[in-house]
Amino acid sequence: MTVAEIATILDANIITGHDRTDHLIEIAFASDLMSDVLTLKNDNVLLITGLANLQTLRTAEMSDIHCIVFARNKKVTPEMQELAEENDIIVMECRYSVFRTCGILYQAGISPIF
Amino acid sequence: MHFEYQIEGGNFTRAGFASSEIKKMLKQLNVDLAIIKRTVVATYEAEVNVVAHAYSGTIYVDVDEKKIIIKLVDEGPGIPDIEQAMKEGYSTASSRVREMGFGAGMGLPNMKKNADDLKISSEVGKGTTVEIRMRFSS
Repeated sequence: MTVAEIATILDANIITGHDRTDHLIEIAFASDLMSDVLTLKNDNVLLITGLANLQTLRTAEMSDIHCIVFARNKKVTPEMQELAEENDIIVMECRYSVFRTCGILYQAGISPIF
Repeated sequence: MHFEYQIEGGNFTRAGFASSEIKKMLKQLNVDLAIIKRTVVATYEAEVNVVAHAYSGTIYVDVDEKKIIIKLVDEGPGIPDIEQAMKEGYSTASSRVREMGFGAGMGLPNMKKNADDLKISSEVGKGTTVEIRMRFSS
């Protein structure tokens, strides 16, 4: 599934990465605990989280995560946006809960890690 | 090659900056991407620990054709019982650290999983030294 398709079904707002909406996503992981995200061995995972701060972006950078959906209507600050752009991370804002976001993506064929 | 980076205790805005610089440097040196990921995940966990618990710290990075050695030396309260600190789920992190998405007692075990070798030494009231070693060939 492309980032553009994901943004459409989640009614999400793409904040960074407008030029890479054809980026393909196959697997996703949802967590507000960055320590859990840092244990993932997979690359190119879509991260769904309600934790919106600079360390979410840093965690994505270290984990080679190229796409984040901020659920629960969490907002991306200008500092977060800057860090996302610097590291080529696609960032979306979504007003749905993490549960609803995951449900929609799972139904659309995005796979879990485990 | 030798590089050094400073870490400021308590400054969560900058936490991860040094690990980010190390990642860029390893990429420039064309290090294998899987090794880079394991190296920077372990280093980032260690850097966050310095920011969370210590007053200040320095990261010393040495890279040659066979290995990467990353040494994080901090001035801080130290770890009274390293064996206990290595246990998954054990944490002394503040609520501020937890708000950043850490402090679940997973950092040290995850550093051990990602590093080829991990050495931790600590003196209570002085500080902690963490050494992460990565080998390019198995």
